[in-house]
Amino acid sequence: MIEAISLSKHYGAFTAVDDLSFQVDAGQVLGFLGPNGAGKSTTMKMLTGFLSPSAGSARILGHDMQRDALAARRRIGYLPEGAPSYGEMTVQGFLAFVAQARELRGSAARQACAAAIERLQLGSVLQQPIETLSKGFKRRVGLAQAILHDPAVLILDEPTDGLDPNQKHEVRRLIQAMAADKIIVISTHILEEVEAVCNRAMIIARGRLLADDTPQGLIARSRYHNAVTLRLEGAEAAASQLSELPQVARAEISDGLLTVFPAAEGLFEAVSDAIGKHGWAVQELKLEAGRFDEVFRRITAGEEAA
Amino acid sequence: MSALRTVLQRELTGYFATPVAWVFIVIFLVMTAVFTFYLGGFYTRGIADLEPFFRFHPWLYLFLVPAISMRLWAEERRSGTIELLLTLPLTVTQAVLGKYLAAWLFLGLCLLLTFPIWLTVNYLGDPDNGAILAAYLGSWLMAGGMLAIGSCLSALTRNQVVAFILSVVVCFLFLLSGLPMVLDLFSAWAPQLLIDAIAGLSFLAHFADISRGVLDLRDLVYFLLVIGFWLAANVVVLNMKKGEA
Ligand SMILES: Nc1ncnc2c1ncn2[C@@H]1O[C@H](COP(=O)(O)OP(=O)(O)O)[C@@H](O)[C@H]1O
Ligand SMILES: [Mg+2]
Repeated sequence: MIEAISLSKHYGAFTAVDDLSFQVDAGQVLGFLGPNGAGKSTTMKMLTGFLSPSAGSARILGHDMQRDALAARRRIGYLPEGAPSYGEMTVQGFLAFVAQARELRGSAARQACAAAIERLQLGSVLQQPIETLSKGFKRRVGLAQAILHDPAVLILDEPTDGLDPNQKHEVRRLIQAMAADKIIVISTHILEEVEAVCNRAMIIARGRLLADDTPQGLIARSRYHNAVTLRLEGAEAAASQLSELPQVARAEISDGLLTVFPAAEGLFEAVSDAIGKHGWAVQELKLEAGRFDEVFRRITAGEEAA
Repeated sequence: MSALRTVLQRELTGYFATPVAWVFIVIFLVMTAVFTFYLGGFYTRGIADLEPFFRFHPWLYLFLVPAISMRLWAEERRSGTIELLLTLPLTVTQAVLGKYLAAWLFLGLCLLLTFPIWLTVNYLGDPDNGAILAAYLGSWLMAGGMLAIGSCLSALTRNQVVAFILSVVVCFLFLLSGLPMVLDLFSAWAPQLLIDAIAGLSFLAHFADISRGVLDLRDLVYFLLVIGFWLAANVVVLNMKKGEA
């Protein structure tokens, strides 16, 4: 279990993390979401014990990160922001160093390295100095280093930054595959990533916790939740006719798309009926789950505090 | 202990993974030769010892040791690897000692590579090899003292140039503190005890005997204390940085 207890971090007069408290249990994949400068990285640095908090404390698997950091660090895998690594070392040399520092010896070390190399597909660059690798490979080396010792707790600061879509997909699959028996915290500003891999999402801005929910729960907070969007000719006329329906609260047109917002249950059926009744030529029709980006913007703009 | 060795090994192989180590070794050897033969008058003295060789070591180290120490922590901080290193299951003390010992061993290697001059002096005459050994040891200890200063100052900044300049200045003060020029500044007003203390801190004073081959226990203890003090300060600086930045 990860426990953050009133974590705060001040840089001079500036408050980067402001009284943050939360718990993460095994099996959870927590996504830290927030605009740049929200305090995500600072929080992770305190969770891993790299920074000491100005106030509050962090406990990992029962170990206090200030008093008992070594025991905790043995069980944490950490990808710091920007995936730093020793550029002059080869991938192989670097992973061997981390294995040794992780107290793995002999065949255990070799197996751990081989497994990480396999999982992150680093086989083709093993003998290359890390500084000569592409950004995507560097990030994967950072991830390999983090999962090398099969840690119970994984803290990954922007694990997919700089990866191409295929690589992003691979890393997400990797995280999902490891999720069952680990505690995983990732930070990102890519909303779809949270939907794809996390079963819990926390939105922070200006160092404060603004929302803590499942990704689905957050999406359901969208004003688009259960709205119906259509693309059709004569959107204005259709809008005014749909507005008459008791299930419709409001109709909006933007970019040629007509969206009707629900006032009551059964909106989608009512809209379908109306389409049939009026014989509209509809090119596109969808029931919206909600729009994550809209929720994110609204929450981080300070209009809502959870 | 094994964590310390892990860090030490990584550092040491790191030196030779780039041309830096080789460039440094060459510069070190060339400078040593220049100092010994041109400025020291190695041949013209007509005495079979290495005094002209060791006499210039403090001034050689004044610039070459900070060139090694400047990157120790500043580079880790600039590249972000410090975050990786200090979240591995090892203590700050182990990291400091591992990096320090690697650099010190490297300087020791540079010193060992000056062996041709020792061969030369043995070929030309019949020197006191015990004294030469003592002087080598003393020289290495002095390099270690400057290295500890540089390592600590390198932890203060992410900028290697700043680390270099700070280290040169502080090492310079430690070198000079025994000279009359410096002591005169204090003698007008400071109590004798303080003046003695300042004079006692001088690298030059402690190295002077050593370079003649007299390895006094007090000089040995002095250099070990200097190293211990600055490395402890190094650990304190790194721990403080956890709290503030
Ligand atoms: N060493 C530092 N000194 C001063 N301010 C800092 C320092 N590190 C981070 N900050 C500030 O703290 C805030 C939070 O930073 P960070 O945790 O990196 O945000 P995020 O990872 O969410 O983008 C930012 O405004 C940043 O400028
Ligand atoms: Mg960040």
